[in-house]
Amino acid sequence: MKPNLILLIILITSLRIVAQQESVQSDIPHVMIRNLNGQQFNTADITNDGKPMILSFWAIWCKPCLKELDAFNEHYLEWQEETGVRIFAVSIDDSRSTARVAPYVNGKGWEFDVLLDANSDFKRAMNVNLIPHTLLLDGNGKIVSQHTSYFEGAEFEIYEKIKKIAGLN
Amino acid sequence: MPSILFYVVLTAQNPIDNARINGSFQIDAQFYQPDEGIGITDSVIAGRKVGINGYGNIIYSQGNFSGGIRYEAYLGPIAGFDAQHEGNGIANLWASYQTSMIEITAGNFYEQFGNGLILRAYEEWALGYDNSLNGMRIVFRPISGLTIKGVYGTQRFYWQKFERNNRGIVRGLDAEFDLNELISPLQSSGTRVQLGASAVSKYQRDADPIFNLPENVGAFAGRLNITKGKFSLMTEYSHKINDPSILNNFIYKDGHAVLSSLSYSERGFGVILQLKRVDNMYYKSDRGTTSNALDISFIPPINRTHSYSLTGKYPYATQPNGEMGMQFQLNYRLPRGSKLGGQYGTNIAINFSQVNDIKRNPINDTTEINQDGTLGYKSGFFDMSDHIFFRDFNVEIDKRFSTKWKAVIQYMNLYYDIATIEGKTGYEPVKANIALADITWRMTSRKSIRLELQSLFTSQDKGDWAAAMLEYTIAPRWFFTISDQYNYGNPDKDSQNHYYTASLGYTREATRLALTFGRQAEGVVCVGGVCRVVPASSGIMFTLTTNF
Repeated sequence: MKPNLILLIILITSLRIVAQQESVQSDIPHVMIRNLNGQQFNTADITNDGKPMILSFWAIWCKPCLKELDAFNEHYLEWQEETGVRIFAVSIDDSRSTARVAPYVNGKGWEFDVLLDANSDFKRAMNVNLIPHTLLLDGNGKIVSQHTSYFEGAEFEIYEKIKKIAGLN
Repeated sequence: MPSILFYVVLTAQNPIDNARINGSFQIDAQFYQPDEGIGITDSVIAGRKVGINGYGNIIYSQGNFSGGIRYEAYLGPIAGFDAQHEGNGIANLWASYQTSMIEITAGNFYEQFGNGLILRAYEEWALGYDNSLNGMRIVFRPISGLTIKGVYGTQRFYWQKFERNNRGIVRGLDAEFDLNELISPLQSSGTRVQLGASAVSKYQRDADPIFNLPENVGAFAGRLNITKGKFSLMTEYSHKINDPSILNNFIYKDGHAVLSSLSYSERGFGVILQLKRVDNMYYKSDRGTTSNALDISFIPPINRTHSYSLTGKYPYATQPNGEMGMQFQLNYRLPRGSKLGGQYGTNIAINFSQVNDIKRNPINDTTEINQDGTLGYKSGFFDMSDHIFFRDFNVEIDKRFSTKWKAVIQYMNLYYDIATIEGKTGYEPVKANIALADITWRMTSRKSIRLELQSLFTSQDKGDWAAAMLEYTIAPRWFFTISDQYNYGNPDKDSQNHYYTASLGYTREATRLALTFGRQAEGVVCVGGVCRVVPASSGIMFTLTTNF
């Protein structure tokens, strides 16, 4: 009788731990970067109330990056309505061009969150080699898929995956 | 029974449960073949038929702890990389503990204070640049709105291990105040203000037989960022005490660098003005080195980084010994449905930058300007020389015509003092006009064709160039490219070469494989503030990159 009780305790404890891990543990390391106002931003705050997220690394001098973000922006409102997806675009422009990011982003009228990673600390922590590099995260911050490079039309496949993460198909 | 309880405790703390490992790998390989047409003979290759650069980077993290290791191998380094890269081994090894209040790192790390004017440790794989610090770092956040950083260590110099007195030691402190966080009545204010101050010192023993050199060289910087509504002001001033080195001809003058920018932006419109002054601001942890390494300071060039092959042919590199520059950029979006904006809107970007030398005046009647062992020269804050290093005026229009067609056109007018920037003494400054069109045709939702046409007109250096590139992509995995750069205007008839290439690439998830066959023209590749001269080559290039 006694060993059974202990086994039960073990089982319950393990289950509870697993459940906790799954709901809390995110794949995003905690790195201090900045928002567009130049204020410190903890990457632990890359969250979206349990809904999917797109995390995209880019820079002003990277043409395919700009094309990808333009494509995202074109569909963003529609994607948000359908899946609640939130896009974080992390600029790795260094101090040569960090000051130009905010006027550029506003000039383009991009609607998503833009963050500044001027010394590539977050890029390094995420082990990103080349840009554009786009990660799809589920509502718990778990990486579901990632992709390097952008070609015309790649946004459609990204959105198919986002719908899957959101449980839409 | 106790052993079973122990098992429960162990399960609860099982490190596998919340541990995470991520990593990345990259291999860049080049196979060289002789190509008499572009001057590559067997003696140029000198038996080095293959160059391979590669790395693997692994990070382990669990709770508040993380640690990483980075392996690199350059066997031998690909063409254009410093020969001192040749070697293999563990480049980085570090461990870090982090809570919301404190973060401690031991081992190799990267850091930047403010804009990096007096301290920036960073890494650019494509350039073979890595000045990581090997030492310790503490980041302390005692209250919301205050961040204090302290670092000390020695910098990476290729594969050469640090030994007593073979190079300098770097120490630094930085404090940043976010006034809106610190002062509660300001929390809801629409004006955001941040202040920062930093101090860096390097120590290197003086073993000079002639000069009495400072062994401890300090540098200080203060910065201010203000954002109010649509306006943003960013400014940083840095000052360095006398630091005679081989790069400033052993003068005892203090140095300074200032970087300021003011911007205004709203939806569909953004404008920015940046100003810079740099005077005697080389700051390296070895006063005897002339190589592209061991920089403590980072003076960013402020001009547009161009993304096309011919607009990027003559890139500017900062002149830390002295320069005054400005940049202006305007981004405007002609709205959808307007007469000029068309159905999809049109983006216009106008950019201008110019950099001049500073004016140097003799310190007295008997001393020549920049004479070693003296104060060198005098230069007031507004003393600018007529000597232009670089000027770039460019306009870019980006327009979508339909769901299937879009195009970018760009014009650039360039002035490039090749003698100063590339060290080609006696060469005339390059004055060039460049025009390009980049047209994309989306055939289906996933297949598209892109055509790039570029033309560069100049009477200097290698004369006129034309370039064409055709790219076929099948999203999200495949690309195929053919391209040619033709130096039809080269004053030397025998050097009017074609540089043709064919490439293909495959990407799946985070793995990318690219293969290029053909010729590469001599050029300068710049990322951030550092540039690397890439020699002409011919053969096969291969890149494999992946991460998890």
